[in-house]
Amino acid sequence: MRIRFRFTKLGKVRFTSHRDIARIWERSLRRAELPLAQTEGFSPRPKVHFGLALSTGHESLGEYIDVDLREPEAESIDVAALPALLTPLLPIGVDVEAAEVIDRKEPSLQQAVTACTWQIEVPGIEPGALVADVARMLAAPTLEITRERKGQATVDDIRPAIRSVEVVGPTPADRFESGSVLFAELATQPRGLRPAELLIALVPPRQEGRVRRLEQWIELDGARREPLPAATRATPADRLVS
Amino acid sequence: MDSVWPRLEPLLSKVQKPARYIGLEDGAQQPEHGPGKVAWLLLYPDTYEIGLPNQGLQILYEILNERDDAVAERAYAPWTDLEAQLRSHGVPLFSVETHAPAGAFDLLAFNLSAELTYTNLLNCVDLAGVPVRAADRGDDHPLIAAGGHCTYNPEPLADYVDLFVLGDGEEVVSEITAVVRDWKASGRTPGSRHNVLRELSHVPGVYVPSMYIVEYDGEHLASVTPRYPDVPAKVEKRTIADLAEWPYPRQQLVPLTEVVHDRLNVEVFRGCTRGCRFCQAGMITRPVRERPADQVRSMVAQGLRRTGYDEVALTSLSTADFSDIQGVVRDIVSTPVNGQQISVSLPSLRVDAFTVGVAAELNRGRRSGLTFAPEAGTWRMRQVINKLIREEDLYEAVDGAFSQGWRRVKLYFLTGLPTETDEDTLGIAELGRNCVKVGRKHNPNASVTLSVGGFVPKPFTPFQWFGQNTVSELQRKVNLLRDDLRRDKSVQLKWHDPKATLVEGIMSRGDRRVGAVIEDVWRAGGVFQEWSEHFSLDAWLEAMATHGLSPDWYTHRHRTEHEVLPWDHLDAGLHRDFLWQDWKDALAELGLEDCRWTPCYDCGACTGYSIEHIVASAVPPAGGSQGTGQDLAVGGEVPVTLLARKPEPVPS
Repeated sequence: MRIRFRFTKLGKVRFTSHRDIARIWERSLRRAELPLAQTEGFSPRPKVHFGLALSTGHESLGEYIDVDLREPEAESIDVAALPALLTPLLPIGVDVEAAEVIDRKEPSLQQAVTACTWQIEVPGIEPGALVADVARMLAAPTLEITRERKGQATVDDIRPAIRSVEVVGPTPADRFESGSVLFAELATQPRGLRPAELLIALVPPRQEGRVRRLEQWIELDGARREPLPAATRATPADRLVS
Repeated sequence: MDSVWPRLEPLLSKVQKPARYIGLEDGAQQPEHGPGKVAWLLLYPDTYEIGLPNQGLQILYEILNERDDAVAERAYAPWTDLEAQLRSHGVPLFSVETHAPAGAFDLLAFNLSAELTYTNLLNCVDLAGVPVRAADRGDDHPLIAAGGHCTYNPEPLADYVDLFVLGDGEEVVSEITAVVRDWKASGRTPGSRHNVLRELSHVPGVYVPSMYIVEYDGEHLASVTPRYPDVPAKVEKRTIADLAEWPYPRQQLVPLTEVVHDRLNVEVFRGCTRGCRFCQAGMITRPVRERPADQVRSMVAQGLRRTGYDEVALTSLSTADFSDIQGVVRDIVSTPVNGQQISVSLPSLRVDAFTVGVAAELNRGRRSGLTFAPEAGTWRMRQVINKLIREEDLYEAVDGAFSQGWRRVKLYFLTGLPTETDEDTLGIAELGRNCVKVGRKHNPNASVTLSVGGFVPKPFTPFQWFGQNTVSELQRKVNLLRDDLRRDKSVQLKWHDPKATLVEGIMSRGDRRVGAVIEDVWRAGGVFQEWSEHFSLDAWLEAMATHGLSPDWYTHRHRTEHEVLPWDHLDAGLHRDFLWQDWKDALAELGLEDCRWTPCYDCGACTGYSIEHIVASAVPPAGGSQGTGQDLAVGGEVPVTLLARKPEPVPS
């Protein structure tokens, strides 16, 4: 049986790495005494599948993990109760918001997710000025940036990966340096576009402040959906900067 | 207390591995500070990855936070990238729980486990905004304290640390808390810092260096004597009588990011009487105090359930010597926790076939490498250091390892030992080659790694009088081995940098004059000296020259029987004449049996404190010949006194 969990990564815990989060989940799943399916071989590990990596330091309202459980033991599990069971076993800031049994034949998260929505803080520029810079960037037919791939510098046109960018207002008052907040929807395939890479396409280039992933999207036949809707969250009001 | 978090947070996106600065570990406490509470900041002067697992600090962390009149938080040395950010933005060192500034605590208490971290201690004090020299601190500054094995020669840091603690910290932290609590309650009036330190010097186990006068006779130390009649002339170490009364840590910290020893750790005994003469830990932690097997079992089961770890290490200086180790290990591996098979590791394997048998039992899945420490290459040399492993023991152990599926064996050795000849040094290579031959019977690709460290004589060991080998002599010996092993592709040789060995030696047996050298190296930017990318011998030699001190005099010179040693005013429980006799025995190549199961040598550790070894079994472990000098293949019974033990506390 494969269960997909949706969880957040908010606050101090955002400074853990993707790999750290994987290890934290493994320990918490063991503490919950779930009948984890294990890999074969000398060092058996639980069969867990993570979605797109989230950079160290970025927050998220929509992270996912798929966990394989042994049958028949798994059949007696109350899947709907798992978020409440697991959240106290995870660090502060990692809240499990939904759990659902999914078909094993579903493509992996890494394959299925094709775009993400981001909330990106841009320090050092007022919203009005940023609106103009963004408009100029989006008007360009191509946007070439230099970035590294497997240790080699490559020049890529990132314009096709930018679905939308919208300036939504100033950063909250408690930030170290004031600036603007924008929402951006960026493609993850064929090669994902990172928020920092989007900002270096601006003229002049900008550095990212706080970044939060808001949604991940699976697109199929013209429709799009999240891998798992949050049972309790992700209404537009919750997406606001905090 | 204010939090530096708002100022720290923007800096964390600019540094490597920021997870080590955020706290949030499972088991971390959320202490509430208050005027009636003594605030301790427990520091490890190295990176989070190395410092977090330190069991000593974790034990004290829980004991202090259980008290009504104390709170404890933790801090670690920031890596150089964060340090640069902190300094350029004027942000002080902070605790990882509430991110409170370090300077706002009442005590900064360091664990000192390695000499090369001393400059990091100074750096942490400075980053806390506290004057690095004890004499420059005022009534509003925190007290700087240190404990751990290095404090058995605290003199190099005597001008920088206000108080040192010798020995087990479980009881003494509460006694220190009481004194500091009264000081706080009295309002820390002007000039009261001196009084509280004098008061602290009355607490058994506490050494306050500013309360002592140091006199020299030319270059030699003449005496260290108390300034006042109420200050003890000799400071004795603290020893807890019964480990069963201290089932700590109850809530081992589970970090969010990877650290060394990332597993559950359960201490099964403290102390060791194997009597290896180079080993300071074995000398200063006597007597042997075993934890009752049932308590070990319950700490393991509860710890695994709480943490979610799938691995537990049974820690001690020689875990294979724990009474009925086989039974305990069998129980652990045959009892699944969290619905899962548990793997057990023994960080200190004894060199014999019995131990490999235990290892096979506990490590059913992962068999990549096994490590043993024969320490010396010839039987003669092993008699000198009293590590009485016969060659047959080693070959049987290696045979057992390869026949049971291990693919690599690692052997630890010391070079630069007293009386060592080139034949002894080359014996290391010979043992390595022979072990490969043994392994080839089972695995055509058998390989052996030889790891060679330069020997540093330590205080309160029989070798404290020995002049350590020079850098060039150690390098020559390493080269001998390297040349000898050039054609043996199955024997890999690794060695510790002899230059670092010299600096460790200077601080290991240095006196108060060495402190200025540590300060100079720190001021020149010499932090993280145990990290090879940051270590610089030249910085140390320059500072020694500046202060007119000779590395030769401090490290390479043999000391004489009646020379005043910088730690003579401290007492590790060992009689000086016992150590001197043991030194003579070493030179005479005379081995000494393990006193756990044989008559007492009156080293002083038990008799001086009216406590005794607490061992559950009157029978030495089967199969080991090391230390006892007897054939114990069938487990010969040797009479020992078993102490009546208090009823075990019910595990909570």
